[in-house]
Amino acid sequence: MDLHRHLDDELSSLRDRVLLLGGEAEQALDRAMYALSERDSDVARQVLDHDDQVDQLEVEIDRQCIDIIALRQPAARDLRFVISVAKMAPVLERIADHACNIARAALDLNNEPELKSAMDLNQMSEHALGMLRAALDAFTSSDAIAARQVIKSDTEINDLYNHTFHRLIELMVTEPATATRDARLLFVAKHLERIGDYVTDICELTVYMAEAAFIKHT
Amino acid sequence: MPVETVAPKIELPKKRDDSVLVQKSSTVKVSVHDLNFFYGRAQALHNISLEIPERIVMAFIGPSGCGKSTFLRTLNRMNDVIPATRVDGKVLIDDHDIYAPGTDVVELRRKVGMVFQKSNPFPKSIFDNVAYGLRINRITNSSSELAGRVEQALKDAALWSEVKDRLKSSALSLSGGQQQRLCIARALAIRPEVLLMDEPASALDPIATSKIEELIFDLKKQYTIVIVTHNMQQAARVSDTTAFFLLGKLIEVNTTEKMFTAPNEKLTEDYITGRFG
Amino acid sequence: MTALTALCTLLAVGALLIILSYIAWQGIGSLNLQFLIDRPRPVGEGGGIGNAILGSLVLLAISSVIGLPLGISVGVYLSEVGTGRFAGAVRFMVDTLTGIPSIVTGVFVYAVLVLPMKHFSAFAGGVALALIMIPIVARTTEEMLKLVPHSLREGALALGAPQWRVTLGVIIPAAAPGIATGAMLAIARISGETAPLLFTAFGSRFFPSSLNEPIASLTVQIYNYAISPYDEWHAQAWAATLVLMVLVLGINISVRFVTRKRF
Repeated sequence: MDLHRHLDDELSSLRDRVLLLGGEAEQALDRAMYALSERDSDVARQVLDHDDQVDQLEVEIDRQCIDIIALRQPAARDLRFVISVAKMAPVLERIADHACNIARAALDLNNEPELKSAMDLNQMSEHALGMLRAALDAFTSSDAIAARQVIKSDTEINDLYNHTFHRLIELMVTEPATATRDARLLFVAKHLERIGDYVTDICELTVYMAEAAFIKHT
Repeated sequence: MPVETVAPKIELPKKRDDSVLVQKSSTVKVSVHDLNFFYGRAQALHNISLEIPERIVMAFIGPSGCGKSTFLRTLNRMNDVIPATRVDGKVLIDDHDIYAPGTDVVELRRKVGMVFQKSNPFPKSIFDNVAYGLRINRITNSSSELAGRVEQALKDAALWSEVKDRLKSSALSLSGGQQQRLCIARALAIRPEVLLMDEPASALDPIATSKIEELIFDLKKQYTIVIVTHNMQQAARVSDTTAFFLLGKLIEVNTTEKMFTAPNEKLTEDYITGRFG
Repeated sequence: MTALTALCTLLAVGALLIILSYIAWQGIGSLNLQFLIDRPRPVGEGGGIGNAILGSLVLLAISSVIGLPLGISVGVYLSEVGTGRFAGAVRFMVDTLTGIPSIVTGVFVYAVLVLPMKHFSAFAGGVALALIMIPIVARTTEEMLKLVPHSLREGALALGAPQWRVTLGVIIPAAAPGIATGAMLAIARISGETAPLLFTAFGSRFFPSSLNEPIASLTVQIYNYAISPYDEWHAQAWAATLVLMVLVLGINISVRFVTRKRF
């Protein structure tokens, strides 16, 4: 039937786009953390310059979702997919924004002497990246079980954040000279923790899409 | 000095009335048990079992030839007029099996009204069309009461204001949408309890269709309505529960909301998403 | 192609017009009021076809009273009630009856009615015409009833009407214009019949006084005058032909007018 062939093509194209956006978010986070830990300002600037394209991609996805709903009246599984993508795109875009914030922090920190405490953040960022990749994989294969697993691992990021928070506050009190830099690092940690929360949102959308179950706010 | 303001009360939208859905506490109006139907040797319906609660709208959907119209017509025994048909199983309306021997079919059809796909007004005046059922069932002897019933039926069918000045003119002078509403008024005049509608809007333009759909929405306060439609969006707009038929079998019955967001059966989902049919 | 069909149309309509105008031309000379109301008189004394006109009308009335109800009932039976082999047999017989030569019908009624009664009669003439009328009316009635859309039947049944009520109250009224047309056309047809009347109504030179007596009719009178040796009577035959033609045309045209679409 012609009608559903067009719909299938459009759904495929939408899936490709949102996975591309996911890839962009992943890459932005990866490179921002690289810029921070390797003190590479060029990479940081690349992340910032690239953000416009990421925003543009989100707008396109948004528009395509509305078109599909208006013109194709998707139902059941297809409808849940399109709605989930429409909600997921802004989340991915915000992850990329947080990565940009991390890149800006890196630029600032790179103008100042190195701090040893950056290492904890690497652990957090590895975890966040891992979660993001796993969430995108779960979305691609509509795997609700894997998605739920990823949600569970958000607690680790929160624990790491708390730990880092206390460490940095301690440092700010004991070594006031590095307070500004410690504060910037604290914000980076906060961004990473927020990214963890966003990845949780993505997993909740995946569960809805696969099982029609609302697990938000549970 | 700061002015004391009272925070405005936020009105949350009313929750969809879920209380009249299947498996809840409302009364069952029609109950079908293991219904099999044959046109001669060919079996058209296979073991259909279904419950229809009262005062809801139930939609029958499915591809052409799936048996939904045939099944609809078993509910008021309209299939009796087709030669060589056979029914096996029970159809209970208000706990009475309508296929039991000795059932008064005329009385059944007074209780279970029907509106057809193509409007079929009689070549008589508008008034005589609506009054026909009242006259043959001798529902009233007084002509003023008759006129009153006709007026009420036309109002219930949202047609009164358009025809009140020309009740004596021919029914065939009305537009397609008006004729269909006239047929609905004609069916409503004898105050049935169940209203069966076989694709009532399929021959109408979108505006006339939406008038009929609004009408159904109002009617369900008083009547149990079963509507066969091949238009899934219409089923989604109009019904509380939906039943999906395929090749003479009942595949799934569910609340309309669930049917169109997360149906239980894969076949249902394939049909609804347009993968076949 | 269009030119060819136009030409054929002109030929057909032209032929009809030629016939009509020739008859009119031949007959108009002898047509006057006296002619229309007087009864036949011996040659040379004038006379008219008054009794023949009246006779034809009487015969039409008798045959309609007998033939229309019977014919319509058979039509209703074939369309609405009859199913299966018996109805098929009835339909076959009705079709066969439409093809029987009218003179055969006349001879039959002669044997069955005239001989036992020992005299010709208007009644026998009416019966003969009715026997010709019944199969025609039955078939047209059946066809008209069949044309009523099935959806009307279903609509009435769904309102709780029993089958007989549906037939009487909805189907027959809906087909009424068609049935009426069929009836009137059958009447127009039999008003032109001559042969069956020869052995049944026989003919008369007087105004009718009872149905048990022979009665004159336009067609028989035309026949009698046309084969006579007198020119005066030939002229009267032409005039009578004109009158008959006007009568038949009048019935046809008024049928069309009366049954024009209103509902």
